[in-house]
Amino acid sequence: MPIPDSDSMPFWEACRREVLQFQLCTDCSALRHPPRVICPQCRSENHRWEPVSGKGTIYSYTIYRRAFHPSLEKDLPYAVALIDLEENLRIVSRIIDIPMDTISIGMPVTVRFVEIDKKTMLPFFSAVD
Amino acid sequence: MSRPRSTQNRYCIVGIGETNVRKSSETTSLNLALRAASRALDDAGLSSDDIDGVLTDTPYHDPTFLYSMLIADGLGIQPSYASTLDLGGASPVAAISQAVGAIQAGLCKIVLFTIGQNAGTNYRQGPPTHGTLNWGYSDFEEPFGLVGAPGAYALGARRHMHKYGTTAEQLGAIAVSTRYHASLNQNAQIQSPISLEDYLASPVICDPFRLLDCSLISDYSGAFIVTSMDRARDLPQPIVEVAAICQKHHHRYVYTAGDLTTSVCTQLAPKLYKEAGISPDDVDIAQLYDSFTYTVLLQLEAYGFCKKGNVGSLLENGGIGLGGSLPVNTHGGLLSQGHSNGVLHVTEAVKQLRGDCGARQVKKAQNILVTGGGGILFASHAATILRKI
Repeated sequence: MPIPDSDSMPFWEACRREVLQFQLCTDCSALRHPPRVICPQCRSENHRWEPVSGKGTIYSYTIYRRAFHPSLEKDLPYAVALIDLEENLRIVSRIIDIPMDTISIGMPVTVRFVEIDKKTMLPFFSAVD
Repeated sequence: MSRPRSTQNRYCIVGIGETNVRKSSETTSLNLALRAASRALDDAGLSSDDIDGVLTDTPYHDPTFLYSMLIADGLGIQPSYASTLDLGGASPVAAISQAVGAIQAGLCKIVLFTIGQNAGTNYRQGPPTHGTLNWGYSDFEEPFGLVGAPGAYALGARRHMHKYGTTAEQLGAIAVSTRYHASLNQNAQIQSPISLEDYLASPVICDPFRLLDCSLISDYSGAFIVTSMDRARDLPQPIVEVAAICQKHHHRYVYTAGDLTTSVCTQLAPKLYKEAGISPDDVDIAQLYDSFTYTVLLQLEAYGFCKKGNVGSLLENGGIGLGGSLPVNTHGGLLSQGHSNGVLHVTEAVKQLRGDCGARQVKKAQNILVTGGGGILFASHAATILRKI
């Protein structure tokens, strides 16, 4: 489970409201991930949290058939993907509700929040309706 | 060759040491590193008093404060220069450039690098007593199921297959060739040869990776000693020159790495060849960092041994095995000798250039490319050309 810190807390709090948001530099307009105090493009410390559409495409994916942590045994097999968001930002996420053998590179996907425990909602991705 | 023939400003590896690569050694990472260092001193005909520079690498298990001084203290060395690198699998090759830089700057004259890890022992005995190195920002990977290195590299391999039509058989050819080399190395964790059928039948771990695409989990240690060519001339071993050495670092996370079908190696390769005054055709052996089969494939492309997306032609025509046009990882690599963080890629190259490799010796080897890769898909990269003089 994520352990939010001073940088990442707004990301995880927004997930609980089913909002996917990232830091946006208010000086050079670059979106960045993971959250940090300084914009790696222009070194500005000014930023706001910018909600994104939650739509993107699969850049690549892998299907886990072995659990690398005991808590993941119950999920096997599961697909992890790099998602290229519409806003030109890449994130790691889980692909859900798509049959494993139909997942493909370039497939459009949309965010779907899943409650993991009472404190945590994770932004997973599934097929566009 | 553009390099001046005087011995000034030229650097050499004058001693190497290794311990047994195996599943479990039942000892600590520190003890392994000290043993390899001691053997490197013997090999070089040097004593602890001769060493005035000490380099090591942060152990993943039981990471320890002031680690380079723990090494120095254990060997009875009071160095003028000491540092602990933190570049993952790029550290051993990067240590050559740190050593050359430190000697060039006048900080010291003879540098020892040693690294040992008891990863195998730790893996089988449960969590290390004093914890493991923090991966950093793992909250944006692990809760989604991206746990461990294979999944992250598999994302790259999948994309390469999609873009270039790379096949499982091509990745398998790398695994099979590497294992054959390990079968000729008595210091390899696994020495039984495999066939392409064995590879294809091995269980899928993180699709498209099978078990045999992945490196081993090992206890190992390796060490080497770097000094000036002037000093090397007085020492007993044949001269192995550092003909070129470069580092280039790129990203930190798989999601900030950009195009996963290429790597920072493409930026470093031309610089390295220029510094060594050679072209890819002049490379006799490539000791390529091989955390996964795909890692090797990316470097075969980047270092100009095949055209992008055309690794099949190299694997089929001449190949990467002993006797082929470009023998790759003659010791069996991380895939089959054992995961040594790349330090044994360096010691093997030195042994090849000295002519000490027995059944796996490549005849007339003069230029050897040795690479290291740290983090996911060459977050950190270092490469060298080692040359027989």
